[in-house]
Amino acid sequence: MNTATTPVRTIKARRSVFENIRRNLKTAPLTAWFGMIVILLYAICAIFAPLLAPYGESEIVGKAYQLSSAENWLGTDQIGRDTLSRLIFGARNTIGIALITTLLSFLIGGSLGVLAALKRGLLDQGISRVVDAFLAIPVLIFALMMLAVVGKSLINLIIILALLDATRVFRLSRAVALNSVVMDYVESAKLRGEGMGWIVFKEIVPNILPPLITEFGLRFCFVFLTISALSFLGVGIQPPTADWGSMVAESKSLISFGRPAPLYPAAAIALLTVAVNFVVDWFLHKTSGLRDGH
Amino acid sequence: MVTDKKRVKGEALLDIKGLKIDGFSDDVWNPIVKGIDLTLKRGEVLGLIGESGAGKSTLGLAAMGFARPGCRISGGSIMFDGMDLIAASEEQRRALWGSRIAYVAQSAAASFNPAHHIIDQTVETAVAHNIMTREKAEADARDLYKRLQLPKPDTIGDRFPHQVSGGQLQRAMTAMAMSCRPDLIIFDEPTTALDVTTQVEVLAAMRDIVEQFDTAAIYITHDLAVVAQMAHRIMVLRYGNLVEESATRAMLKAPTQEYTRSLWAVRKLQKPESISDDIALRIHNVDASYSGAVKVLDNVTVQVPRGRTVAVVGESGSGKSTLARAITGLLPPSRGEIYFNGKPLPRELKDRDKDTLRRIQMIYQSADTALNPRQKVRDIIGRPLEFYLGLKGADRDRRVVELLESIELNESYIDRLPGEMSGGQKQRISIARALAAEPEIIICDEVTSALDQIVQEEILSLLMRLQKKTNVSYLFITHDIATVRAISDEIVVMHQGKVVQQGPKSQVLSPPFPAYTELLLSSVPEMDPDWLTGLLAKRSKKAKVSA
Repeated sequence: MNTATTPVRTIKARRSVFENIRRNLKTAPLTAWFGMIVILLYAICAIFAPLLAPYGESEIVGKAYQLSSAENWLGTDQIGRDTLSRLIFGARNTIGIALITTLLSFLIGGSLGVLAALKRGLLDQGISRVVDAFLAIPVLIFALMMLAVVGKSLINLIIILALLDATRVFRLSRAVALNSVVMDYVESAKLRGEGMGWIVFKEIVPNILPPLITEFGLRFCFVFLTISALSFLGVGIQPPTADWGSMVAESKSLISFGRPAPLYPAAAIALLTVAVNFVVDWFLHKTSGLRDGH
Repeated sequence: MVTDKKRVKGEALLDIKGLKIDGFSDDVWNPIVKGIDLTLKRGEVLGLIGESGAGKSTLGLAAMGFARPGCRISGGSIMFDGMDLIAASEEQRRALWGSRIAYVAQSAAASFNPAHHIIDQTVETAVAHNIMTREKAEADARDLYKRLQLPKPDTIGDRFPHQVSGGQLQRAMTAMAMSCRPDLIIFDEPTTALDVTTQVEVLAAMRDIVEQFDTAAIYITHDLAVVAQMAHRIMVLRYGNLVEESATRAMLKAPTQEYTRSLWAVRKLQKPESISDDIALRIHNVDASYSGAVKVLDNVTVQVPRGRTVAVVGESGSGKSTLARAITGLLPPSRGEIYFNGKPLPRELKDRDKDTLRRIQMIYQSADTALNPRQKVRDIIGRPLEFYLGLKGADRDRRVVELLESIELNESYIDRLPGEMSGGQKQRISIARALAAEPEIIICDEVTSALDQIVQEEILSLLMRLQKKTNVSYLFITHDIATVRAISDEIVVMHQGKVVQQGPKSQVLSPPFPAYTELLLSSVPEMDPDWLTGLLAKRSKKAKVSA
């Protein structure tokens, strides 16, 4: 063995990450493709909103309640802003906030869940009972109450929703981590003398990632719907910021005059929810090892 | 029973011709069984042996006309008592299953429904097939329990599966299979999960009942000595092909194929014993218990000399694995002291420093659970290098490749995930991970018991070579006496948390034996087809004398 003297041969991975993604995409079903394309379009809208939108977010371009026309494809709203532009900017606000909230809730709920599974005992009991208490109260009502207490602001909205959602994430991550913490590789890491951070993030989390990612997709939809609901009730994202929930709220009375205005933002919400669920379903199917047919 | 008049011994019952079975993996159909002929007469017991992946279980299930999900029968014919099982409809086959062809699986514990009484599950098939009324079936089940020598045959059926031992449950499953008096029983590794001492009882009971009812049987196992006791005829399989087939005695006497001979050779691995007074680890009067209730370790004293192998043997529940937990600090002893290089080891894992942790490493029984399935070999072996020795980047990778070469793998394995390797290769990776820390002691907890015999031998000889090179000590926990014979310098026999005997190999393995050591040693199946019969005769004689 003279490997010590020869220069280290860099060993290439047999299949690159890119290659793996390509292989997976090739077998993706039509629904998953639909979902991915829709999400991609939404993402483009959100990122390039100022370039794509024909008018500014809160720019008043004409008279109120205009029908569709060459200048305003989807008409104008109650104070004469372009509905299409607001829809596009709304993607940015609604999706961005929902994404941040979901990420935060996973960071909190996920790490606490794994930690509780790993430590068991009093820590587990303590966190679990607090979570149980939180879970007993409906999210929307609890969020309304908290927002009333701490005041309506974007930061408060994100933190409150993230905390409330973290309780659900905690439940799931604790349950799946329980299966992983009893494995010999975790014991082996403990015997090696590894710290808690390594054990949680390097040994356990990679093994419970598939159910967590799936849950992420679903949670994202729920958060997004909750934000829309809160905005509809007037305590979510505040005007003049465009967001789909409040857009439905503002134009809801038009539906009784046979005008489609509230349907556009509602459709945007529904389409994204459906698309995310399609992708999540595909991912769940791939990682759960379920095989149909043979 | 309908088939009673046809139950003539010696008539062909099962006839498989040119059977081909494919399995689906990596998006293609791969052949698992590649054209096998098999005939079985009534009342005959056929042994199927081979390593894992040889296709024996697939073939066993195919004898029922069943292909597992992900498998398909792609060619050949299966005739059972004049009926073509491949052409038969699902319904026709289901009528056969349970009533005329029965199946006994490896893990009885996993096959019984934990929520129902044993007797309800035993009679279920007979009642479902309308062969007997419930009362009659229950009476029959009690009779079968008796014939299988289960304790308290009249009431044992009222227990739940978790209330009886593994060996008893395995016999209860045999009773379940027997309940319709099938023409054919398929035993799929029925004793693999049992201790040697329990295995003897189960084997005797199974052999006896098959003989009593003239049932034909296919006995699938990877243990030659076991199949020698059970089967009239043996078929050796490898990679889905038939290697050799002949009557048991003829095959044991003179195997014609190289591969069959290599299966024999495994049992001949031997290491000359060598004694040393340089004690690396001393466990002194240690007691340990889980949650303070029953003592799992009771006044245990064991010494491990440097550069030597101490084998700890005993059946499950003897406290062998608990001993390992006490040494590693996972279960602090309630009394007694553990000395490492003459200095007492801190009881709790968290009180030990990094360097002490480095010196004591552990290898687990199942590499599947011991290796993180999401980590590549580079990280699995590289982590202890980084953690204990501070190696990084290119230095670390170079050392990983060196370690891979020392365990007879090469650098092409560095980016593999555990799921992309065979059982033996995974166990090698576990060994490399332990070696990476440059330890003084490695605790090996049943490291070969999940592996095939040929792979076992490779792993054991690798461990021995590494010991020579690095002078590491092994504390080798096992229930397999053949392994102990092969690699140990000293032996510790444990029973119910106590050390029954400790000493050099030659001394422990030669008479006079303490009673428990004798029982343990005599229960190890030998390659002699008369071994079981002889052993049972000897034991019953002894029982009569002592009574």
